Amino acid sequence: MAESEFAQLKERFDYLSERPSSDHLAVNCPAERLVELCTSLRDDLGYDLLLDVTAVDWDAHSPRFTGYYHLLSTTKHEYLRIAADCPDNINPSLPSVSGVFAAANWHERETFDLMGIHYEGHPDLRRILMWDSYPYHPLRKDFPLAGIETPLPAADVAESTGVSVLPAPMMGGPFVSSGDGPMSQTEPRARDESWTEQKEKPV
Amino acid sequence: MATTLKEISVGDLGTRSSERETELQGETMALNVGPSHPTTHGVLRLKMELDGDVVKSCDPVLGYLHRGDEKIAENMTYNQFVPYTDRLDYLAPLANNVAYAMAVEKLANLQVPERCESIRLLCCELARVSSHLLGIGVYGMDAGAWTVFMYTFNEREKLYTLFEELTGARFTTSYTRIGGVARDIPDGWLGRVLEFCKGVLPVLDQVDKLLTRNRIFMDRTVGIGAISKEDAIAYGITGPNLRACGVDLDLRKDKPYLGYEKYDFEVPVGTTGDCYDRYMMRAEEVRQSVGIIRQCIDQFPEGSYYAEDAKKIFAPQKAKVLTSMEELIQNFMIVTEGPQIPAGEVYFEAENPKGALGFFIVSKGGGVPYRLKIRGPSFCNLSILHKLIPGHYLTDITVILGSLDFVMGECDR
Repeated sequence: MAESEFAQLKERFDYLSERPSSDHLAVNCPAERLVELCTSLRDDLGYDLLLDVTAVDWDAHSPRFTGYYHLLSTTKHEYLRIAADCPDNINPSLPSVSGVFAAANWHERETFDLMGIHYEGHPDLRRILMWDSYPYHPLRKDFPLAGIETPLPAADVAESTGVSVLPAPMMGGPFVSSGDGPMSQTEPRARDESWTEQKEKPV
Repeated sequence: MATTLKEISVGDLGTRSSERETELQGETMALNVGPSHPTTHGVLRLKMELDGDVVKSCDPVLGYLHRGDEKIAENMTYNQFVPYTDRLDYLAPLANNVAYAMAVEKLANLQVPERCESIRLLCCELARVSSHLLGIGVYGMDAGAWTVFMYTFNEREKLYTLFEELTGARFTTSYTRIGGVARDIPDGWLGRVLEFCKGVLPVLDQVDKLLTRNRIFMDRTVGIGAISKEDAIAYGITGPNLRACGVDLDLRKDKPYLGYEKYDFEVPVGTTGDCYDRYMMRAEEVRQSVGIIRQCIDQFPEGSYYAEDAKKIFAPQKAKVLTSMEELIQNFMIVTEGPQIPAGEVYFEAENPKGALGFFIVSKGGGVPYRLKIRGPSFCNLSILHKLIPGHYLTDITVILGSLDFVMGECDR
């Protein structure tokens, strides 16, 4: 069933390609056609509710970042997932769909905050969950689970107390087996060992 | 001396807010509400600009409860993340547990037995009752009606005793496992749920008498904080807040899961989308939920409470682990490496008390998600604040926030 749905979409938007999915229809869209696609989906095909905007960091792969959009039609009750690869791995960016869906405003701010994807044309691209002066994007795969030492958001408090935001102690943290290789090497251990008995707390 | 009477028109109080915008020209004042303030039900901060008593602009500041749940999820096995889902919408932890487990099971293409579905459905609906009871109570309190809170909180406590009996915890239930639930329902528990249902309906009637036609409550809520249908959809609002605006969208009806299609229930839909409608939605949803619970218990299926054939996903029974070699190995693998879930991308959302709670999971196979994104309904429901609040009186802010019934746990994640 999903195939015929995709065929209908493909007929109209020839730049789409089908994306493997474990549930509903999913499509790949080139980043530069995203706004155009979302506008037509909303106005002509009834996908009017933007549920979610997010991104995935594929680490060593290229393209490194993929933006995801989940749409729901409030009339047909069908879901649609759109995936768009970010062309640039170093300074990833995607066009903002906040002009099409007002809901995208906060979702894109969140993705910018945690994943560091720059949404071109966003009216107010500030951090939303972390504080404004926070220097990192914590959901990137190269960011350690424990965190990185960072100055306190309030400069005056930092100056008078001399305290900064420290990485969390990971001893006793989530113990997970990596799953590959012989069992002697894959026994469960804290995945993020940036601060353990073996390694000193980062200074 | 003859008395002369003069008629004074005071206008319609219900539409007082936006019309007066043009005549105000005083000096503006910056007002900061929160992050720790009883109105904000948690740690939401509002930066507002006031002109006299009227709010001119509002900038919500989030993140005070940000714990990095999504990052944590990438670093632990699927079952280890269940307790973290308790802390999303911490007023309905059972519903979050179920939504999360179902998202992972959808990725694994795993069908749980009917009895497990019914247990989960009961959990979801009881969680909805508990969340709405608190929502209505606190909302009454926000509008100045303290008594309602006493009635509803009392009922919620009874419900929490039932949760304790079922899961072992009153608040942080962590009840589901991937492929089933932690344990079967205790003996006689269903009877006690029915007894609770019997008790909660008169309380709802009491609340109805106290609030629904209460002059003060209506003055404070009717016509206040109205969201149009178009705005509600554009801002991605879901749940009772969306239905109050007149959009008939309930995932239990439109995308049935857990066998909701087998039960007979109505989805209340509002007309104006104001604070009063949002209250009415919740009160009616509790009644409908009680109906679903009764139907579910009426035809409660026998069978297993977990998927027995999912040997790589659901850990075997303790007694078998201690006596059989095969089960011991199976248990060891699931505990150390996690339930084995195939690679793929899946998005599943469930109709939670606050709205659609979605989980987007990207898996590369194995026991740990590669990426797990949580779509918190409160996050989306609050994104309209900067548009909704300006033009209202400062005193209306309390009522608007109360009527949106948000939880910062799932907003900040």
